[in-house]
Formats: sequence, structure tokens, C-alpha cells
Amino acid sequence: MKEKRYIVYALFVVFLLTAPLYLNRYWLEVLNSVGLYAILGLSLNIIVGYGGMFHMGHAAFYAIGAYTTAIISTSYGVPVLWLMPLSGLTAGVFALVVARPIIHLRGDYLLIVTIGLVEIVRIALINNVFGITGGANGIFGIPRPTLFGYKIFKSHQFLYLIWGCVAVTVFFFYRLENSRFGRALVYLKEDEIAAEGSGVHTARYKLAAFVLGAFWAGMVGTLFAAKMTIISPESFSFWESVLYFMIVILGGSGNIAGVILGAFLVIGLPEFFRGLENYRLLMFGAAMIFMMIFRTQGILPPRQKVFDVSRFRKGGEPI
Amino acid sequence: MEEFFQQLTNGLAVGGIYALIALGYTMVYGVLKLINFAHGDLFTIGAYLGLTLLTSMSLMDSLGVFFGLLLLVLMVMGLVGLIGVLLDQIAYKPLRQSPRLSAVVSALGASIVFQNAVMLIYGARFQVYPQDILPRIVINIFGMPVPLIRIMILMASIFMMGALYFFIQRTKVGTAIRAAAEDQGAARLMGIDVNRVIMLVFLIGPALGGAAGLMVGLYYGQINFTMGWIYGLKAFTAAILGGIGNIPGAMVGGILLGVIEALGAAYISIAWKDAIAFFVLILILIFRPTGLLGERVAEKI
Repeated sequence: MKEKRYIVYALFVVFLLTAPLYLNRYWLEVLNSVGLYAILGLSLNIIVGYGGMFHMGHAAFYAIGAYTTAIISTSYGVPVLWLMPLSGLTAGVFALVVARPIIHLRGDYLLIVTIGLVEIVRIALINNVFGITGGANGIFGIPRPTLFGYKIFKSHQFLYLIWGCVAVTVFFFYRLENSRFGRALVYLKEDEIAAEGSGVHTARYKLAAFVLGAFWAGMVGTLFAAKMTIISPESFSFWESVLYFMIVILGGSGNIAGVILGAFLVIGLPEFFRGLENYRLLMFGAAMIFMMIFRTQGILPPRQKVFDVSRFRKGGEPI
Repeated sequence: MEEFFQQLTNGLAVGGIYALIALGYTMVYGVLKLINFAHGDLFTIGAYLGLTLLTSMSLMDSLGVFFGLLLLVLMVMGLVGLIGVLLDQIAYKPLRQSPRLSAVVSALGASIVFQNAVMLIYGARFQVYPQDILPRIVINIFGMPVPLIRIMILMASIFMMGALYFFIQRTKVGTAIRAAAEDQGAARLMGIDVNRVIMLVFLIGPALGGAAGLMVGLYYGQINFTMGWIYGLKAFTAAILGGIGNIPGAMVGGILLGVIEALGAAYISIAWKDAIAFFVLILILIFRPTGLLGERVAEKI
């Protein structure tokens, strides 16, 4: 069973590595946006999947990362990819400030406040707050990224850059999932009171998860800005946040492979049905209702963690 | 002074509309503890159905303005209420025993379905209400002109709220609704059919929301398939402002929010108009999560 899973993963990696050989530019671009959404989904997964917080304003942090990159790279000429940590940091600090007072709110209230948050950020961007966001037109002329002296501008180059970032994200979050921090979050999601009783500082852990997710989304913002070279407030609407949320919920919240599958389903699959473009959201909505009724945990739910008790037995005798 | 008065009456009219929508949120929340995200879209459906009925049936010509409008409102309310009941049966009823947030996700899904269904049926462009339905009369109050429609909207929403309040407080069925909101298990033991109560709540709430949609169509003259979203969020804010689950609270919260928004847009900044409600929402949830008239404090949010 375990081996079978790894074969699928290996085939998937081979497919991505060799994709430029047999896919045309259009499909490479589709893969690129799937990659971007996969990272965003994974970053939201920290908050929704592990932390169990219903956060639907993730586009706000993504926007802040993208705008940080766009503003600094266009006005000071700093190479785009160098701005990744800074963009992440800006988004993280913003998340820290706004989440501090609302983090204790119960599920559905948190949901509605985060929706308010993303709307406020979007309106602020449109209103050209501080005179640096370029208003409704946004910011254009963001330079292309360079990596090891190579200028990245072709689809397949972006493919490797973006999916490289996905790989780093997967590695990092996989380690996180199996760390003390990750376990504490899952505990907190399953039973907040019991977690608190066992010495998990719930508010602090929730806040840390929130800030980490925001930090990561901010970094993806850099990638997005560098790839698009033009950003505007409309790229960060509430409906974007709904897409990320869908990716996590449909794919399987709390499971890395599930979230990546979710990105393929939500972003990639509709490309096969371009003629039905207008029905896309309708189908999504119906799928959401359907999933909640028949498979609440998503297509690929996280596997149960098995605690190996055999090492506590001596000679077959339970202690 | 004149501008202040104009903004105030405008705020009151819009506030009445918010209050009507907020009642749907608050009633559903009271009984099911569910934020019915699709409620804003039921409001949109009300506006579109109103337009369709208005243009296809020419009620005003045969019945006169007053009875024509009355019949129109009743038809819209009935149809939207019916859609509300269907929504509950399809999307929420199977999830009664599930974790609460599953139902919230289902509600969001339903909202997306409604919004896109309206777009596919009526198209994505703004639809315009016929402008000659209501006589354009301007009434002088304290020497200041106020369009008749503002007063009509405020009166109509106050009337509906009053009727609802009477129904909830004074009739047997209303008492059953209050009991189910208080404690479903106990209500069931007292012989109240909770499923019927829920169905009734999903009939009344969307019916009021649909009426509000029709009012918006008549007041602003144009409607769009996405408008339910922003109205819904604001009405929800109003419900929280007044204390969610609290019926008089939703009325007070709605009217207050309408006035705050109108005055804020006039005196602070029109560009930030839509953000004002969200600031109010966040402030309320941080400092007084039970709302102004909130009485449900048993559960910590």
C-alpha cells in the first residue's frame, strides 16, 4: 500500500520534469497556475487543515506579498526573487497585527471577519492607500526574475521555478506536520478544550499557524508578481480566497497530497471544459454542497497517524 | 443641515432594507446556529423575480399602483420563501448532525450556485427596473424634500418587522420558534415539531429577504447578480451589531448600520463606503461580540 503511493508520487514528479517535452505553452501555463495555487492551498492548509480555523481571507496576505514585491522592485530595482522573504515578512507581520484580536473568535465568526478583512484590503488597494498601490489599475512593469544569472521568462522556466517552490513547500510542511508544532495544531483542531487542558497554549499556536500561513502566502505573492509582471486589486478578490478554500476542502484538508490534488481539480480540471466556462463556478458550488453531504473530509483525507505500540511490549507481553 | 437630513433619510431607508435581510440571518442563526451564506443570494433572487413579474404581468395597469405593488410583493415573498425551504431541504437538512462548519461550507456552496444560476439565466449585466412604476412624488418634511419612495420603503420595512415581531412574540407558532431557538432538545420534549419550525424559519426569513430585494430594485432602479453578496455581508453585520439570534436586535442593528454607512459615506469618504460596515463588524466582534441587544451569552465566541 505504502509502496503504491510512492510509485504514484514518483510518476507525478517525472511527469512534471518532462512536461516541457510534450506539452505546449498553453498547458505549461496551466501547470504553472496549478503550481501557484497548490502553494497557496498548502499555506492555507496550515490554517484550515491543521489549525481548523475557518479563514477565508487568504487573498489579503497574498495581495500584500505581491504588492510589496511590486512596489519595491519597480521603485528601487531590487531583483524580484530577493524580495520573497521580505514579502513573506510583510504579510506575516500584517497577519500578526490583524489576527491578534480576532484569533479567539469561534469558527463561523472568524470566517466572516476574515471575509471582511479581505474586502477591506481590496478596497484599500483600489483607493490607492498611501499613494503607492496604483489604485484600480494596479502596478505594472514588474521585472522578470533571474536565478543564477538566468533570466526567467519562458513558460517551462517558470514551470521549474514554481514547481521547485512547491517541492520546497511540501518538504517544509511535511516536516512541520510531523513536528511537535504540527501535532499540537491537529490536537487543537480535534478538541480545543482537551488540547488546552494538556498544556497546548491554544491562542499562541493558532496565531503562529495563522502567521506562518500568511508568511507563505506572501512569498507566493512574489512569485505571482514576477510571473505576471502586472498586478491589480481584482486579482485578490474574495472569490480568489474561495478558490483556495475550495482547494483545501475538496482535496482533503490536512493532507499535503490532497491539497495538491485539490489544486489540480479546482484550477486544472476546468481547463478541459473551456466551453463550459460559465458553468464552472456553478459546478464548484454544487460540488461543495455535495462534498459536505457525502464526503466531509475531502477526496484524500489525511491518514490516521498510527502510534506504534510494539516497542512498549516486551516479549509480546503488554506492559 | 439639508444634506445631513437627506443622508439620514437615505440611511434610514437603506437601513430598513438591511434590517429585513438581517432578520433572515438572525432567525436561521437562532434556530440552527448556522450562518446562511446563501441568504444574500435569496435577496438577489427576490430582486430578479420582482423584475420578471413586474415586466411580464403589468400588474400596475390592471390593479392600480397600490394593489399591484402589494400583489407583487406577496408573490415575490412567496416564491423566495419557497426557494428558501427547498434550499434547507437540499443543502442543510442532511447536515443537521454534522459538524457546524460543514453546514457553513454547504451554505457557501449554495450561495455560489444561486449567484451563478442567476447570472446564467439573466446575464451578467446590470438589469434595469422600469422607472415609471412609482409616481415620482417628493414630500416636504420640515421644509426639506424627501422622495416618497424612501418613506415607503421605511414604512414597509417597519410594517413587516412589526408584523414579524407580533407573530414571534404573541402567537403560539412564534412561541414555538422562540422555544426551538432557546433549546431544541427541550422544545422537542415539549411536543414542538422542530423540523416544522426550521421549515417555517426558512420560509419567513427568505421571504423577507426577497421583499428587500424587490425594494432595492425599486429604490436604486438597477440590480446585478453579485449584489446579494455585499448586501448579505452588510445585513449579517447588522445582525451581529444588534446581537445575533435576537429579532429586535436585527431590526435595530440594520437601521443603525444603514445610518452609519450613509453618514460615513457622506462625511468621511465615499470611496470607503463598503469598508465601513466591515470595520463596524470587526470592532463589534472584538469589543462586544454579543452585540448591542445581545442576550445569548451562554456560548463564548
